Amino acid sequence: MQKRIDKTIVAFEQLGHVTIEFIEETGRIMQLALTTVAWIFSGKVNLRLVLDQMVKVGVDSLPIALTSAAFVGMVFAVQIATEFVKFGASKYVGGVMGIAVARELAPALTGIVISSRVSAAIAAEIGTMKVTEQIDALNAMGSSPISYLVIPRFIACTLMLPLLTILSDIFCFIGGYVVSVYLIKINAVDYINSAQQMVKFNDIYGGIFKSFIFGMIISVIACNKGLRAQGGAKGVGEATTSSVVASLIALFITNYFLSVLLFK
Amino acid sequence: MIKIVDLSKAFNHLVVLDRVTLDIPDGETLAVIGPSGCGKSTLLRLILGLETIDFGQILVDGQDVGKLNEEGLIKLRQKIGMVFQSSALFDSLSVFENVAFPLREHTDLDDGEIKDIVENKLAMVELYGKGEIMPSELSGGMQKRVSIARALAFDPKIILYDEPTTGLDPITSSTIEALINKLAGDLKVISIVVTHQLSTIFRTAHKIIMLDNGKFIVGGTVEQVKRSQDPVISRFINAGITL
Repeated sequence: MQKRIDKTIVAFEQLGHVTIEFIEETGRIMQLALTTVAWIFSGKVNLRLVLDQMVKVGVDSLPIALTSAAFVGMVFAVQIATEFVKFGASKYVGGVMGIAVARELAPALTGIVISSRVSAAIAAEIGTMKVTEQIDALNAMGSSPISYLVIPRFIACTLMLPLLTILSDIFCFIGGYVVSVYLIKINAVDYINSAQQMVKFNDIYGGIFKSFIFGMIISVIACNKGLRAQGGAKGVGEATTSSVVASLIALFITNYFLSVLLFK
Repeated sequence: MIKIVDLSKAFNHLVVLDRVTLDIPDGETLAVIGPSGCGKSTLLRLILGLETIDFGQILVDGQDVGKLNEEGLIKLRQKIGMVFQSSALFDSLSVFENVAFPLREHTDLDDGEIKDIVENKLAMVELYGKGEIMPSELSGGMQKRVSIARALAFDPKIILYDEPTTGLDPITSSTIEALINKLAGDLKVISIVVTHQLSTIFRTAHKIIMLDNGKFIVGGTVEQVKRSQDPVISRFINAGITL
């Protein structure tokens, strides 16, 4: 009996520990986000650094983002078009495809790609700078890591994610079109017409707005993990892994709430 | 002048500095010695305002470091050059850009003026013409010299060296030690050298203090330290090896 009580106490202690850690980490991320936004509005933005990061986040992510978008569009079309044809609803494939792409597939997929690729890169780079005293050197020279490191990455992710999402919308929709029209033999005019009739501007704007929020979340989480890295190569590895995991979890949770808010 | 008064600092109840007091006059090179983890590097970080002071004061030219706001700290840090143990060069920037970094961040100098200053600083550390090289292509000793050149960018009145010769071979160490002496002599700066290396202590320091259990054991000049009967100092010196 006593053993069972002890185990229960330990379990509660662990739960409490994890909860406190989660709340502390969330607080740190919020604090970093607010500080970053405040610094941006006070004009402490180095445009050259922002442009560098926009290339890294946006241009360098184009191949993986667009390839993923095209193939997800194709596989989604394989699944829905086949079923829709069975029910005689083939003329709705384009519309359903368009709504799914604009509202969910393109923003979420782009967010996942950026979480995996960019969040890892940011956490690893800043984490390495932290454990090799480069962050201390920045501070020692009177420069702020927020101004030099966080703000350019924050702005780059926040601006480039929506742009990548717009391109992913196009590639994903075209991927669906190719499979629906040339493989499943759905009428091309029906595909385009249904998309024009069913997809509203709100669907497209909503998806782009979601990606804007994802960009902020991913960059702040990655920068926070990097800035808190410690303990050499092992610490950098842990920061990188936890950055990707935390970004993805935050992205999925935020995506749900934003979808309910925007499209319900 | 740096004046340290009753300074205390603890990390999670571990006291690393316990009400220590010290004056460092202009032009002096002070070596701070002591076992690993005794708070030597923390002392440097406190002087730079990179750590918060728990108790006491650090006065740099009369300015209370603990009472400075962010803007004040930025101005203070421009008076102080810091050479980190790992050199801490920005690995994504060339040697030239590393040395130019503080000038680009905090001044309105044009590219020509920055180029002149950077080349002058690189010449001082005998690396003239090496500006285009990336830090990863440099040896440890050269990285340390670039770090010193970067620390000199603002013509600081104080230079802090954190383990400047640790991990370097004896010849490279003596080159760095000669450079520390040259800068102290030419620029009349306050130099604080945190080190374990006996050669660095004996070749560079005007005065030596030892940090042990959070307290300063003032050792005096090199000759006084060599003759010291204090058991802690004498054990450190006579060990003849790094602690």
